[in-house]
Amino acid sequence: MDKLLNLLDKNCRLTNEQLAVMVGEPVSKVAAAIEEYEAKGIIRGYKAAIDWDKTSREYVIARIEIRVIPMRDHGFDEIARTIYSFDEVETCYLMSGGYDLAVTVSGKSFKDVALFVSQKLAPIDAVQSTATHFVLKKYKERGVLLEEKERDMREDVLL
Amino acid sequence: MMDYDSLLSKKVMEIKPSGIRRFFDIANEMDHVISLGVGEPDFRTPWAIRHAGIQSLEKGHTWYTANAGLAELRGEIGKYLEESFQISYDRKQEILVTVGGSEAIDLMIRACVNPGDEVLIPEPCFVAYSPIASLTNATVVPIETKAEDGFRLTAKALREKITPRTKLLIFPFPNNPTGAVMRREHLEEIAEVLRDTNIFVLSDEIYAELTYGNQRHVSIASIPGMWERTVVVSGFSKAFAMTGWRLGYVAGPAPIMKQILKIHQFAIMCAPTTSQHAAVEALRSCGEDVVNMREEYDIRRNFIVDGLNKLGLTCFHPEGAFYVFPSIQSTGLSSEDFCQKLLYAQRVAVVPGNSFGASGEGFVRISYSYSIEHLMEALKRIEAFLKTL
Repeated sequence: MDKLLNLLDKNCRLTNEQLAVMVGEPVSKVAAAIEEYEAKGIIRGYKAAIDWDKTSREYVIARIEIRVIPMRDHGFDEIARTIYSFDEVETCYLMSGGYDLAVTVSGKSFKDVALFVSQKLAPIDAVQSTATHFVLKKYKERGVLLEEKERDMREDVLL
Repeated sequence: MMDYDSLLSKKVMEIKPSGIRRFFDIANEMDHVISLGVGEPDFRTPWAIRHAGIQSLEKGHTWYTANAGLAELRGEIGKYLEESFQISYDRKQEILVTVGGSEAIDLMIRACVNPGDEVLIPEPCFVAYSPIASLTNATVVPIETKAEDGFRLTAKALREKITPRTKLLIFPFPNNPTGAVMRREHLEEIAEVLRDTNIFVLSDEIYAELTYGNQRHVSIASIPGMWERTVVVSGFSKAFAMTGWRLGYVAGPAPIMKQILKIHQFAIMCAPTTSQHAAVEALRSCGEDVVNMREEYDIRRNFIVDGLNKLGLTCFHPEGAFYVFPSIQSTGLSSEDFCQKLLYAQRVAVVPGNSFGASGEGFVRISYSYSIEHLMEALKRIEAFLKTL
C-alpha cells in the first residue's frame, strides 16, 4: 500500500473514500491500512503546508550547523534530545560531513533566534561550535512550491 | 482579383474543420475556464531526456541526420519493440524515425492507397485518419465501435465492411478518445478475419505504454500472420511526455518501408536532430519515469471514472490512453449541446464525442492528464451543472 502513503504525502486531506477509489481497494482496507501506519508510527502526523510569509505572523527561520563532542553515556542521540526539546527547534538531523547536527530554529525576529543560539544552544556542554544561517526566502518545502503556481502552458491542439 | 475558392485544391477545401477547434475557440474567449480537453501529458519531459537534448546542442549536433533517422536511435527503437512487444525489424530497412506519430500515419496512408481504395477506420477515433485518407482519394469507410463492446473493434463489424476494394485497416488501439484496448484474444479474432486477405493494417500504438491493469499492450503485429501486413506507428509524445519534441517512428516490412522512406525523404528530409538525440536517452534510461507517470494516470483514471459514474454519466472503465468517454445520453442533450451548455454554465471545457466520428454522438471526451485537484474542481462543477438540467 505504498501508493497510499505517496497519495497522503501529497495531500493528506483526501478522504478514505477518495483514496480507496484511487488505489482501487475497498474503503475498509484503506482505513485499516492507515490505522496500521499510524499505530506503527509510519504516519507521524498530518500537517498543512503553510506559507507563513503570506500571513501576519512574524516568523524567522535559521539553519544552524552544530558540532558536538559526544561523551561516554552521552552520545549523539542524547545531545540531540537536549537540543530538539526546545520549542524553538523545528527540525533536527544528525549529519555526515563537516558538522554533526543540522537544526532549524524559528523565532519572531532575527534577534530572537540569535538570542536562542547564544543563550540556550551555545552554553550546552557538548556543543563545540555553532554556525547560524538565516533563511532569506523559501522556494520549496517538502515538495510544495511556495512560489506562484505555474500556469498550464499547454496550447490548443487538435487530437 | 484571385478567386481562391476556385483555385485551391477541392480535396483540401472539402475537409471540414474539426468540432474540437470550435470549442477551444469559444473557451479561449472566456475567463476562469477549466479545461478537460487537452490531449497531451501534463508532465514535463523527464529531465534526463531534456538534458540529453541540451547536450547534443552543446556538442554542436546541429546537422540533418540520415533520412531514416540516427542509426543509434533506430537501434534503440528496434530493441524496444523486440523486448516490449516481441516484434522484430531490420534496423537498416524497416524502421524510420518521423516527425511525431502523425507524420508516420500520413506516410503509411500515402504509401499504400490508390484512388478509390477503401480505408477502414474504426470510430470514434483520432481526428486525423479520415482527412488524410481523403487527401489520397481513398474512400473512407467508418466502422462503428460500441460502448457495449468496450469500444473494441469486433471481428463481425470488421467482416461486414470488407469489400474487394478494401486496402487498409486503421487500427487505433489503445484508443483516443474512448480508452479502449484490444487484448490478445481480441486481436486473435481480428487476425482471423485478415489473415487470408491482402489488407494492410496501420496499427497506431502511440498510447502503448499507457495501458492499465496487469496486462501490457499487445501489438497486432505480433499475432501470427499479421507482421507482414502491418505497419506499426508509435512515438515518444505520450509515453515520455515529449509532445513538443515532435518525434515518432514507423516500423514495417521492407517493401512497404522502401516506399514510405521515399515520401519521408522528399517531404520532410529527416526528423529534428536534437529530438532524436534526446529520444535515444529516453529509450535507454527512462523506463522508470514511464512507469511513474503511468501509475499517476492510473490513480487519476480511477478517480475520474468513479466520479463520473456517481454523477450518472456512465462510462465503461477505459483500459488505456488518458481519456474517459462517458455517455451523456441520460441528460437528453446532444454531445455538442451538452458541451456548449457546460462551458457556458460552469466554464468546464470537454470535447463532444461526435468530433471523433458520428458514432461518438451521445458521449463526451474527458482527458485526465490533469492534477487530481484540477479533476476534483471539474467534477464539482459538472455536478453543479447536472443539477440545473
